[in-house]
Amino acid sequence: MSGLASGGPLAGVSGDRRWPAAGVSRVPYWVYTDPEIYRREQQRIFCGPSWSYVGLEAELPEPGSFKRTAIGEVSVIVVRDSEGVVRVLRNRCAHRGLQVCREPHGRRKSFQCPYHQWTYRLDGRLAGVPFARGVGGHGGMPADFDKRAHGLEPLRVASRGGVVFASFDPAVEPLEQFLGPKMVGWFDRVFDGRALRILGASRQRIPANWKLMFENIRDPYHASLLHVFLVTFGLFRADNPSRTEMDRSGRHSALISTRGGDRQPTAATTEMASFKRDLELRDPRLLDIVKEFPDTATVVMQTIWPNLIVQQQANTLATRQIVPRGPEVFDLHWTFFGYADDSDEMTERRLRHANLMGPSGLVSIDDSEVMDLAQRGVRMSPDREALVEMGGRGIEDADHIVTETAIRAFYAHYRGVMDL
Amino acid sequence: MTVRLPPAVRDEIEGLYATYVDLLDEGALEAWPALFSEKAVYRIVSRENVERGWPLATMSCESRAALEDRIYSIRHTSLYVPRSLRHLVGRLRISPRDEGFGVEASYAVFETLPDQLPRVFSTGRYRDRLERADDGVLRFAEKLCIYDSTLIPNSLIVPL
Repeated sequence: MSGLASGGPLAGVSGDRRWPAAGVSRVPYWVYTDPEIYRREQQRIFCGPSWSYVGLEAELPEPGSFKRTAIGEVSVIVVRDSEGVVRVLRNRCAHRGLQVCREPHGRRKSFQCPYHQWTYRLDGRLAGVPFARGVGGHGGMPADFDKRAHGLEPLRVASRGGVVFASFDPAVEPLEQFLGPKMVGWFDRVFDGRALRILGASRQRIPANWKLMFENIRDPYHASLLHVFLVTFGLFRADNPSRTEMDRSGRHSALISTRGGDRQPTAATTEMASFKRDLELRDPRLLDIVKEFPDTATVVMQTIWPNLIVQQQANTLATRQIVPRGPEVFDLHWTFFGYADDSDEMTERRLRHANLMGPSGLVSIDDSEVMDLAQRGVRMSPDREALVEMGGRGIEDADHIVTETAIRAFYAHYRGVMDL
Repeated sequence: MTVRLPPAVRDEIEGLYATYVDLLDEGALEAWPALFSEKAVYRIVSRENVERGWPLATMSCESRAALEDRIYSIRHTSLYVPRSLRHLVGRLRISPRDEGFGVEASYAVFETLPDQLPRVFSTGRYRDRLERADDGVLRFAEKLCIYDSTLIPNSLIVPL
């Protein structure tokens, strides 16, 4: 019997949840659907002691430049203040709780609430309250009203290599410690201190639980099977040199792979039902790849808990920000970028390679569609569980792709944070 | 400004758009790239990227060959839930150019997924350039699809 209740697919599924006794080689399907679990994730993960990605400094070119984004479901403003310092503020008026910033991006001298025109400086301090001293001797705020205590709530901010992170927890550990040395290494490989150039944004709403996005990137096993396009052109194959690395906690990961020069069928491709040996691009510029990093890796996909994926595939670079919108839906915000010192030819190449990724990506379409299908499956039986035993039951690094170790490691960390 | 076009020319251009829509909606995708000139540029871009001066396209093909590659991929390498689409194109605003025509029009695309009601998938503006090749046939030399929303409902598979 499935756990489907008569009152609707999610009725009656909250309450005490117990992780399967087999541990992280099983993932109970209720983690993808239960509203109570989702609520706890918002508190403990997104508002907890972690660093969430909020954007790139290159999106905020001058004092007053701002963008509105979200950490979990909480709306925040990322703004460069008049001193040039990047601030992250909760987008909530101290008076009645309205969102003071409605535009998705722009440039401002201050933020003003539309309701009673309370005005905030770019650093979040409350600058003005209309009629604070009353009108004609009547009304006004109490004499002990202290504007300093009623600014827009500031978050902790850390920036590395032009990437901005924020945390609601004042006691959060330093960003570098949070990432750990191995993950700092992969992060710095792309964000090496060169100024970034934003190439554009792409956003999609995926009808699936947000964790499925991380699991997808942490699952090299699928990449060699599902992505016929990648496999056919040797961009990712089971027999390419590949490995999975994680930080000590398992919450961050990097999947590293090197493209093979040979497109011939091998023992590995014979197990891929859909391997297409004869496919040649009519316009080969799509895969006109140049080596640009010192190591031999041709693809590095890094996941950074709790909301960031850093993508380097061929010459396309992007951040993907995960914004949960409910237990069964999340938005994925892609920001494609290059370096300020890229040649025009390199920029053209990056833009062309961007066809592989995004809501219309020749590779990533497969993922957004598969996540939809996975969600449809788990929704119908929240009391069943996923089997995650490829590559064993452990959570150590691996030097091949036939493994789900990074999914297990994700849930080992998740269980601790969620007390499950 | 109203530009007086010979009715036969307007008919021809409207016919091109009707064919464009029919090929996409009725499943004849392989015939669709033939509506573009060999060096045609086809791009789907968000209004936000256009307004911010960011060059990224959600889908970008810089030749008819690249359009054929995209269609091949849709047919043979991509995995997706089967769906049907319905493109509606508003009245065409046609401006004669030195060589060919500029055409602008609003569009709406509806998507129907299995077990679901039809939904609006995308709305936006076509900003196109048509040219007549040596064979006398009018084709798209450039087609820019600028979509209004910042979000795409899951995946954009079939061109807009």
